[in-house]
Amino acid sequence: MLINVPETVVADALRGIAAAHPELTVDVENRVVVRRDAPVTDKVGLISGGGSGHEPLHAGFVGPGMLDAACPGEVFTSPVPDQMARAAAAVDAGKGVLFIVKNYTGDVMNFDMAMELAEDEGVQVAKVLVNDDVAVTDSLYTAGRRGTGATLFVEKLAGAAAQEGAPLERVEAVARQVNEASRSFGVALSACSTPAKGSPTFDLPAGELELGIGIHGEPGRERRAMMTSREIADFAVDAVLEDLKPTMPVLLLVNGMGATPLLELYGFNAEVHRVLAERKVPVARSLVGNYVTSLDMAGCSVTLCQADEELLRLWDAPVGTPALRWGM
Amino acid sequence: MGKERDVRDAEFIRRWMLAMAEAVESEAKHLTDLDSAIGDADHGANLQRGFTAVAEALRAELPATPGAVLVLAGRQLISKVGGASGPLYGSLLRATGKALGDAAEADDAQLREALQAGVDAVVKLGGAQPGDKTMLDTLVPALAALADGYPAARAAAEKGAKDTIPLQARKGRASYLGERSIGHEDPGAASSALLITALAEVAADV
Repeated sequence: MLINVPETVVADALRGIAAAHPELTVDVENRVVVRRDAPVTDKVGLISGGGSGHEPLHAGFVGPGMLDAACPGEVFTSPVPDQMARAAAAVDAGKGVLFIVKNYTGDVMNFDMAMELAEDEGVQVAKVLVNDDVAVTDSLYTAGRRGTGATLFVEKLAGAAAQEGAPLERVEAVARQVNEASRSFGVALSACSTPAKGSPTFDLPAGELELGIGIHGEPGRERRAMMTSREIADFAVDAVLEDLKPTMPVLLLVNGMGATPLLELYGFNAEVHRVLAERKVPVARSLVGNYVTSLDMAGCSVTLCQADEELLRLWDAPVGTPALRWGM
Repeated sequence: MGKERDVRDAEFIRRWMLAMAEAVESEAKHLTDLDSAIGDADHGANLQRGFTAVAEALRAELPATPGAVLVLAGRQLISKVGGASGPLYGSLLRATGKALGDAAEADDAQLREALQAGVDAVVKLGGAQPGDKTMLDTLVPALAALADGYPAARAAAEKGAKDTIPLQARKGRASYLGERSIGHEDPGAASSALLITALAEVAADV
């Protein structure tokens, strides 16, 4: 691994983000990344966070038109409440803040505690959970569906609404609508290695793949012999469409898990478009790349978000972050 | 529990926390290995970071009451650990400390009642029940056995942790595995057994 020691990987990365992006204020010690111009007058503040290891999520999405602040935790470990409380104080312009929380037990608990801290300081806080992963089928007997690729859609679309000056209720409603309209399914071709462990977090032999993985190196629900890109696209898209029956065009995210080359991802994107055409689902916009990753895992995920005219307009609105940038 | 021995002061609680920090330090790799099988391979590292901070804080300063020691330890865990284990262990200790109030000393019955308040806080925060393959599968039987003394609580804790092996996880990250979580000891149940064991050892040592 390209690291110094496991204990400093997150701090080292934050120092690197600070060096690369002078438009961001990076508090390495307290682990908060904030737009340099925060708090932005007359704008709802958007805050997200989660374990590290999913880069560019979330710090790579801080900037105009998306997040105001990101709170990175240790690798695959949710941040602590103090971080989000600090971020809330930094970005609140008096219009309130929205916490965008991926649905994991730890993230939910820490954000809830942060909400109490921020509200004690007089900041108005709303919270939206992202839970788009259809691989978790038995929500009654699990911690519920995980937040994965749809997080990018929620942050971009709610971020655009906030940038236009929408009030907190409206920004929260957009975020909720996007989450409800989005579903994802992920596949691993290899396990990932956390810096602390130094070796793969589960054992996935070459020649096999794991279907229905999350983004934390946790194993999925089913293992099979290696499939082709075409077969994986059929399986993943059908898993999503079993749960989401789009009545309008979709936003498509073909996401790499970290170690899959773009050459393969674009080939996979072609297969995803093929199967969506076969299923009569029109694709309004496509995004292909490594956006919600799982360290050095090889594999991919497919996220669909059915988008009305308003969501398409918010998607096309300018965004200026380290990892997502257009129109400005 | 000898008659003269069952008064617990701030120093007793500090020794408990320091013993836990040592146990977590020496068992960190084991906890992480357990977590690697059904979670995300960080439970040992996370608890180590948290209890190291607790030990540092308590070496620097000893609050006056047993309750205040536990509240301080709980706050450290909440601020340092993250994940689910930070809030859960933090709430366990903080709620136990708050239940002890401002008293300079607590007897074993009071400590047991306070620990029950701590376990109740874990139930409230995490929404788990015994049998869900979580730390509660250690803590609930351990608390029940504590009325019979610390060695009984320790035995019940260790048994409770091992008894999670055949269970299917219904909470936390292991729950995503469905039936594949069966056959592995729950890392949170294992670390909770360390906490009870540390308490029993310190109590035996007084």
